[in-house]
Amino acid sequence: MKFIKYFFPFILFLALMVLLLRGLSLHPSEVPSPFINKPAPSFQLPSLFDRNKMTSNQDFIGHVTLLNVWATWCVVCAEEHSVLSEIAKNSNVVLIGLNYKDSQAEAIKWLKKRGNPYHIIGVDQTGNSAIDWGVYGTPETFLIDKKGYIRYKQIGPISPQTWEQKLKPMVEKLQKEE
Amino acid sequence: MRIFFIILLFFSFKVFAAQDIYQFDSIQKQQRFDALTSQLRCLVCQNQNIAESNAALAIDLRKQVYEKIQKGENDQSIVNYLVERYGDFILYRPPFNGLTLALWLGPFLFLIAGLSYLFYYLRQSKMRE
Repeated sequence: MKFIKYFFPFILFLALMVLLLRGLSLHPSEVPSPFINKPAPSFQLPSLFDRNKMTSNQDFIGHVTLLNVWATWCVVCAEEHSVLSEIAKNSNVVLIGLNYKDSQAEAIKWLKKRGNPYHIIGVDQTGNSAIDWGVYGTPETFLIDKKGYIRYKQIGPISPQTWEQKLKPMVEKLQKEE
Repeated sequence: MRIFFIILLFFSFKVFAAQDIYQFDSIQKQQRFDALTSQLRCLVCQNQNIAESNAALAIDLRKQVYEKIQKGENDQSIVNYLVERYGDFILYRPPFNGLTLALWLGPFLFLIAGLSYLFYYLRQSKMRE
């Protein structure tokens, strides 16, 4: 009894330390998406390279997709671009771009210079479709399964590590699904 | 002239900050817009609401709220639209549910724990007397 009485404050202190220590490793700037395991929100956007062609949810059906939100004014996107190019080269996941609040001419110039890893790119000049998707920054990437359901959301750039350790195993798992 | 500048100092410019050019046809709509945008969190600058923030996303969200009010949507459906996309996190006042149980009830538990300890302690010291 006496033991408990003297050590209780210490135990309380330890519990508080554990709580605060955990707080240090949280990322409050990463807001979890409520779309996980739900159908992707419907969208229809003109394609960057051909305004008459539309990109929509139909483009997700039958294969695993990474929908990448990017812009030429986004500094980190340039860094992520080289990772996306590697992914496009070495994996059969379909990359779809969502060009967010950008100048179309700039975007085309940007891709001509660096190469285009995307299968198709939707142009969201107003940012309204991005809001429909719950996007709040660039880059963001949605992992979408063969039925058009969102299965994971990557907030911030895909680094070679996140691809190898996190996304690639998930893509491979989803590709085995019917 | 000097007096003019001194008088200027008494005006707060906070009132004029982050104001858009949105015009409403009724004062009720204006009030709903002000109330809604001050309850919603700007996701980029998380300790500001979308009424105060000048982040690009906050400007876009204000526009969405404005358009939805103009279209005649009610407050609940506007809030639902945003919660469906950004989660409860966009609300400054989180809803009471399983996930936020500890958040809402935690302070009361601490209060009860503290009070019971206080009573226990006072009784102990009284008995010793």
